[in-house]
Amino acid sequence: MRRTPEPYLWLLFSGGGVVAALLLPVLVLLFGVLMPLGVVDWPAAEHLRALLDSPPVRVALVVVVVLCLFHAAHRVRHTSEELFGIARFDVVIALLCYGGAVAGGVVAAVLMV
Amino acid sequence: MKTRDEVTPGGYRPRRDAFWFARSRAYTVFVLRELTSVFVAWTVVFLLLLVDAVLGGSLPEFAALAARPWMIALNVLALAATCFHAITFLNLAPRATVVRLDGYRLPAWLIQGGNHSLWLAVSAVVAFFVLRGFQ
Repeated sequence: MRRTPEPYLWLLFSGGGVVAALLLPVLVLLFGVLMPLGVVDWPAAEHLRALLDSPPVRVALVVVVVLCLFHAAHRVRHTSEELFGIARFDVVIALLCYGGAVAGGVVAAVLMV
Repeated sequence: MKTRDEVTPGGYRPRRDAFWFARSRAYTVFVLRELTSVFVAWTVVFLLLLVDAVLGGSLPEFAALAARPWMIALNVLALAATCFHAITFLNLAPRATVVRLDGYRLPAWLIQGGNHSLWLAVSAVVAFFVLRGFQ
């Protein structure tokens, strides 16, 4: 039987979908909308730094970034192929999408080290 | 706009409607749901910029960037998209997972309700640690 990476990609897609659903709305609400609009004060830099200094938080952030980016990459791959009728270029599109997710994960890991 | 049918050495290829997603409301909602992934990716990039600013000591500059009108508009769209993603994704769970308790199949609304309750709880915990924490 031919081996294919598709089940693992769907697994990453599902995991990333759940993580993105649970965490991203509150983070973008706070840091992207309420704080810039002045509804909520920005926390002190030391407070945020103290949160990020915890090794479990750093590891969790890298995992969150990787899962969310793989989720997005998987959806962008399939949606772009359906939307524009370019499924015949699947290999190139997959490489671009998942390559971007891997690159984002590497950036996150470098930031956290 | 439809392209012509094609008969190639590889086989018959029926003509394709380039605007198939506009044919019905269900298709449009489907495509909108899929496109939330672009804003998921953007939100991750935005948060990585925030982490970089915090670790690099440039939080005031990041706050100034985040307060620009175009950036706020982009993040309002990202908020709407990530909420749409959360609602639709968490609602899909009962179709992917069948939970049985002593032979009794849990109804979909119970699984969805549990998911949305978890979403609220996680959001509250994250907001607590970001805004206040144990001081």
